Amino acid sequence: MSIPLSWYLVLSAALFSIGLFGVLARKNAVAILLGIELMLNAVNINLVAFWRYGSTASLAGQVFAIIVFAVAAAEVAVGLALIISVYRRRTTVIADELDLLKW
Amino acid sequence: MATESIIWLLPLPPLLAFFVIILFTNKGKALSHSIAVGAAALSWLGSMVVFVRTLAVENFGKEVFQSSINWLPTGDKWLKIGVLIDPLSAITIFFVAWTVLMIFIYSIGYHNYGQPNGDHDRKGLPPHGATLIDEHGHQQTVPSIEPMYARFFAFIGLFAFGMYTLVVSDNLLTMFVGWEIMGLCSYLLIGFWFGKPSARNAAVKAFMTTRIGDVFMLLGISFIYSATGSLSFRDILNEHTLSVLASTTTPILGLSAAGLMGLLLFIGTVGKSAQWPLHVWLPDAMEGPTPVSAMIHAATMVSAGVYAVIRMFPLITAGFDGHNLTTTMSVIAFIGAFTALFAATIAVAQNDIKRVLAYSTISQLGFMIAALGVGAYVAAVFHLVTHAFFKALLFLGSGSVIHGMEHGVLHTGDHSVDPQDMFNMGGLRKKMPITFWTFLIGGFALSGFPILTAGFWSKDEILADAFGNGHMVVFITLAVAAFLTAFYTMRQITLTFLGEPRTKPAEHAQETHWTMTLPLVILAVFAIGFGWVGIPEKFPVLGGLIPNWFHEFVGGTLAERPEVLVFNMVPLMTSLVVALGGLLVGWLVYRNVKSAVEDKLQINVLKNKYYFDEIYDFLFVKPSYWFAETFAYKFIDQTIIDGFINRIGGVAQSLGTGFRKYFDAPVVNGFGDMVGESAKKIGKKLSPIIQRGRIQYYMVASLTVAIIVAILYYFILT
Repeated sequence: MSIPLSWYLVLSAALFSIGLFGVLARKNAVAILLGIELMLNAVNINLVAFWRYGSTASLAGQVFAIIVFAVAAAEVAVGLALIISVYRRRTTVIADELDLLKW
Repeated sequence: MATESIIWLLPLPPLLAFFVIILFTNKGKALSHSIAVGAAALSWLGSMVVFVRTLAVENFGKEVFQSSINWLPTGDKWLKIGVLIDPLSAITIFFVAWTVLMIFIYSIGYHNYGQPNGDHDRKGLPPHGATLIDEHGHQQTVPSIEPMYARFFAFIGLFAFGMYTLVVSDNLLTMFVGWEIMGLCSYLLIGFWFGKPSARNAAVKAFMTTRIGDVFMLLGISFIYSATGSLSFRDILNEHTLSVLASTTTPILGLSAAGLMGLLLFIGTVGKSAQWPLHVWLPDAMEGPTPVSAMIHAATMVSAGVYAVIRMFPLITAGFDGHNLTTTMSVIAFIGAFTALFAATIAVAQNDIKRVLAYSTISQLGFMIAALGVGAYVAAVFHLVTHAFFKALLFLGSGSVIHGMEHGVLHTGDHSVDPQDMFNMGGLRKKMPITFWTFLIGGFALSGFPILTAGFWSKDEILADAFGNGHMVVFITLAVAAFLTAFYTMRQITLTFLGEPRTKPAEHAQETHWTMTLPLVILAVFAIGFGWVGIPEKFPVLGGLIPNWFHEFVGGTLAERPEVLVFNMVPLMTSLVVALGGLLVGWLVYRNVKSAVEDKLQINVLKNKYYFDEIYDFLFVKPSYWFAETFAYKFIDQTIIDGFINRIGGVAQSLGTGFRKYFDAPVVNGFGDMVGESAKKIGKKLSPIIQRGRIQYYMVASLTVAIIVAILYYFILT
């Protein structure tokens, strides 16, 4: 128990920020998806750390982390399928070129 | 069953019949008339049971059948609804039950039940006849069934309900309700053949004319309620209340309160019983089917008017010392006697068989009213009952005659002959023997043919009372009216039944169906026999052979049993002379008359009923129309009210236009448009800048906003 909770939180925040940067700055849609994965896992670190340093009797933190895994897996499946579908129609996965979402 | 319960139930069967026929069975003719006649028979049975039970009561009149329940709350008191059978209502229910049942049965035949549907009959018009072709190829025209057969039975059912309600009620309020229900039914049934303009007008006339009386009657009822706090007969007609009312004075004509109440109620009777000056509706009411004329306009509804006066007799005579008539009684006696004579003179010159009877009814009701005016209570009740029987008989007989004549008209195809004009008849005694003999009995009863007929005993009693109490003017007037009655009755019988047929249809007239002749026969029995229950005890030879049951029974209604008059030969001889003389003169004058031209009594003033219709038309109807059309409609309504409203509307419209033009369009709309347009312009300008379709810009924007919100939240809200 020599490592304090704040280290985990810093790690988590750093990971989250890296993920966020990836989502906002990368052009490739697959890379954006990867960034999202990083953000989700940063959250997981938070959840597990708080569980470990809080009351270990409650399983809520672990359960939440597992649910996030499951959601992330499903999201990746859907996201990759979308990207493949977009690629088939427009032969590109560059986010800037997919600018249909406007009036 | 307890007698009171039966009395409560008496009016209900006809009401149920009305609803059942109207709602469910109006397509089925046989079913409808079975229900109606069955209901009438049930009420008849109940009435007879009640009547027989009243006979068994010792000293009936003190011990009456009475029952009442709380009905309408009025503050801390209750208006009660209840039934009362005392000798007066017992005797009334007796003749009402009989005549109503007979007329219900008669209606089946009268409306040609069992005949084919007419060739071109329409609802609202009398049936025109149907053409039949028998197996030999002969074509013949026969009477056709009434197109609104079921409706007729529904209406007379409702009417019977009104009459029974009126008779059994123990208070003025329910009596008035029955009274008005009958008024409505009278209107509906006079206008039964509403396709004829004359029937429509007659219905409206009857309704409006009786309404005048009803308004006054309602005033009288309100006055009684405000003065005594009760509407129950037993509460009003006790000695204490009456003496208080008789000694209270009112500012109107110096009448006592009792006198004024009596007078107001009596005006209701003037309308309902068609007394002068409100008599004009009854002759026109003959436009209705004949059973209606017999039931409503001869036997029951017009009798109900007299019944109301008889019922309130102690109130009307309050303050009467036995010799000098009170003002109210003088008015009643005057109107009764005058009407009796006046209507009799008109009847002499009428040629329509039903109109003669209509005027005769007015005249006979005048006899009763006059009798009440001079305080002859029992005589009035007696004449009311006998008149109901013989006049119903006469009307039904005339309906039978008309029916026979219509058969002749259809048979000969000569539609120019009016089947109701007596000068088109003649010689019908051979063709229609049952109708002839029963009509003769009815006619003789109406004339007061001595000893045999009921009319003699009742009319004689009225004359004797008028004479015995010293009211000579009334006595002489009534005697002259009685002479005229016998005269026009014999004229009618002679023209209709005696001699030879004057037209082809009269030669081919035919006796009517048994449903029509059976009631005639039964009513004829009463027209003769009912007189025998009221033979004065002092009458020469016959007196005392049969006890004067009627006087004992009905007299018991009053607190003081009316004393039996001292017998006097003068009124007896008078009634003998006028009855026989009138009959004889009528026969002598008319036995050889061939056509209306030879009739010397076709005087214009009589034929035109003293021009009362024209006078009323000029005095009331025309001014009403003028008032309605020119004053109320054109001036008040169109010019003033509409003008005012149109002006308001115009002002409002110009105000509205102004607002629209100078406020709404520039200010309200301008502001709204401006906001919208600016938003649109800004949006157009902004959209290429902030809405570029690049998902990552959106996310940066979201993140920025989220961070700003978080900072604001962190620094400001906490």
